[in-house]
Amino acid sequence: MEPVLEVRNLNTYYTEGRSLFGQKGRRHQVLKDVSFTIGQGEIVGLVGESGSGKTTLARTILGFVNDYEGQIIHHSDRPQMVFQDPFGSLNPSFTIGKILEEPLIIKGGYTAAQRKDEVYEMLRQVGLDESYAERMPNELSGGQRQRVSIASAVITKPKLVIADEPVSALDVTIQAQILRLLVDLKKKYDLSYLFISHDLNVVYQICSRVLVMEGGSIVEQNDTDELFKNPRHPYTKALLKAAE
Amino acid sequence: MKKGNLFLYIGGAISAIMSFLIILGYFWTPYSPTAMNVGAKFQAPSLEHLMGTDNFGRDIFSRVIDGAGTTFFIAVSVVAIGCALGILIGSLCGYYGGLPDIILTRICDSITAFPSFLLALVIISIMGSGKYNIIFALGILFIPSFARIVRSEFARYRDLNYIKSARLMGAGSFRIMFRHILPNTFPVLLSAITIGFNNAVLSEASMSFLSIGIQPPDASLGSMLSDSQIYLGSAPWYALGTGAVIILLILGFSLLSEGLQRMSKNG
Amino acid sequence: MADMLNVKDLKVHFHNAPEEKFAVNGVSFSVKEGEILGLVGESGSGKTVTAMSISGLLPKNRADFFGSITLDGSEIFQCSEKEILSILGDKLGIVFQEPMTSMNPVMRIGPQIEEALRVHTNLSKDERRQRALEAMAQAELGEPEKVYKKYPHELSGGMLQRAMIAAAIISRPKLLLADEPTTALDVTIQAEILSLLRRLNMEHNMAILLISHDLHVVRRLCSRVAVMQQGKIVEEGLVEDIFKNPQHPYTKKLLDAIPTRDRKLI
Repeated sequence: MEPVLEVRNLNTYYTEGRSLFGQKGRRHQVLKDVSFTIGQGEIVGLVGESGSGKTTLARTILGFVNDYEGQIIHHSDRPQMVFQDPFGSLNPSFTIGKILEEPLIIKGGYTAAQRKDEVYEMLRQVGLDESYAERMPNELSGGQRQRVSIASAVITKPKLVIADEPVSALDVTIQAQILRLLVDLKKKYDLSYLFISHDLNVVYQICSRVLVMEGGSIVEQNDTDELFKNPRHPYTKALLKAAE
Repeated sequence: MKKGNLFLYIGGAISAIMSFLIILGYFWTPYSPTAMNVGAKFQAPSLEHLMGTDNFGRDIFSRVIDGAGTTFFIAVSVVAIGCALGILIGSLCGYYGGLPDIILTRICDSITAFPSFLLALVIISIMGSGKYNIIFALGILFIPSFARIVRSEFARYRDLNYIKSARLMGAGSFRIMFRHILPNTFPVLLSAITIGFNNAVLSEASMSFLSIGIQPPDASLGSMLSDSQIYLGSAPWYALGTGAVIILLILGFSLLSEGLQRMSKNG
Repeated sequence: MADMLNVKDLKVHFHNAPEEKFAVNGVSFSVKEGEILGLVGESGSGKTVTAMSISGLLPKNRADFFGSITLDGSEIFQCSEKEILSILGDKLGIVFQEPMTSMNPVMRIGPQIEEALRVHTNLSKDERRQRALEAMAQAELGEPEKVYKKYPHELSGGMLQRAMIAAAIISRPKLLLADEPTTALDVTIQAEILSLLRRLNMEHNMAILLISHDLHVVRRLCSRVAVMQQGKIVEEGLVEDIFKNPQHPYTKKLLDAIPTRDRKLI
């Protein structure tokens, strides 16, 4: 399997309270010696509780954090991201069509007509019809918004998509639909996901491999079935027990 | 919803009438605003002279329209300068943050801390009075109010998820600032612009009232109000007519902005 | 067993909603003494509005209420504002979803827990403090004496939720209304809070009305469950029956959607 992302010995730091005159605030280490690889077409789950460093890891991989040591090797162009909150992830002053067209404009190399076709095609792929292109984000439900966010992340055909709790703000019946959609898109476009979640059952359903984070370190990583059957680290055991 | 529309309609009507008169005033007035007629001093309002005549027998209505045009031009220019530079400074500060942000914010704070009149007075005394110098002086003074609003909006939007997404797509900072963020600040900017416009009208009027603004024989609303106060007892229509136009100008815009805001809030 | 809470044909209509659109549209259910009833539904189902109607937190000038809510024998729509407050303070404890925003950040934990006693009883300061420490011990807050003096930001989410529970049970209510009490918490903390609620129910015979969107939570805590959809209860029954043999199509859909380890999507 070709790797799309390799992370080697990653240490990420966070400095609090930087002041005007350059006195250094306290520098905390958030991630400790994190190493893993995501292969082409894999869905890798990242589980852990709040404060374990999941989101910091995503932010570091995406380049939003600069204070880190170690290697982050992307074997593809820009990874894209799907966020948890479907209400803050769409620009309220753009129509849905514009939101989906924007990544293509930025990427370049499309004519206006090609962009329009791509937008309609992508809308269909995420289960929305063409009329949605004219709508504004505030006219959409949470589930529909999440479909649009996914569409805008996938429309440039990236290899890797980082999904940070993409279904946890949604109603349970909508959750199932969005998970199904993520899996369908993965098959169709040969995507890889880093799937961040606190819900182990969801992770079990869609991930092929799981990373367990605690206190900024990956304490266990294994194939999903193996990890759920034979958890080795006590923290993994505790998580699994709590989610039964 | 209904109430919002009422604001909108009344404000829109007043502003439309005022704008019509002002634009009309650039091309045509019933009498020449500067034509004196010694035989017709201090005439009370009549069909011939809608707002009466002043101490030189000039038609007050014509002068008011002309003066309102001057005031309007100054106010619009001041807001345009303040808004354009305010958006530029505010968006850079808010988006990038860091040391330049701190320095520029401090400068804006210190401009605001000064009594603006004093500062305008200093600029005028250095550069001399006149329409364009007033525009320049007030324009500079109006930058901070816009910059501050835009800065806080940009700082807020910078960290929102859809802006992060745009960065992940590879959008340049310029594109993010002016295509992705700026349109979202329009509702706030709109109210800042109308408030700024009203402040500019009042500032120009007060400066001219203190005769550091527009110089005779040009008329502006402030200088006319200043002239009229001597004759308040004998020719009250002079002050009343001029004052009424200032009030209508400001009231129209305030109601219009209130109406627009309520409309956008109600979706 | 007597009914602790009886809701009969409750209808709630918000003033800003369309004429025929009721947020809660004819809901009837009861919670018996010492029972745990789960009220489940997705967003917009009306479960939170139902809970808020019971807790008296919905202002009368924003919505119209029809039907009746009887709490331990008192019909609360018949009572004056003042009577409602004293009934609620005495008989009903409430726990909200967001422990972080449900506490006043500038007040110490102890006094916030005592608040109900200060308003509804004539206990002295020392007696109140004693009761607060007892309630905190019941809510399994370690070192109550220390926590008493702390501020909300010094506690973790789980500890704050325990403090909220302590505040809710301090007046020894017979019914606890818990609105998504574990939703904002991590899974391991969730499990602890659920077992705490179960213990309070067993040891103090406290009835619980649990409002939740999470069927896992309902299954683990409740004896009976009512499923809400679009302002109505579409199915009600014992938890085992509903989970094993759901009758209503919506209940089936909900149960199917629960992520389980029985099946995979890839």
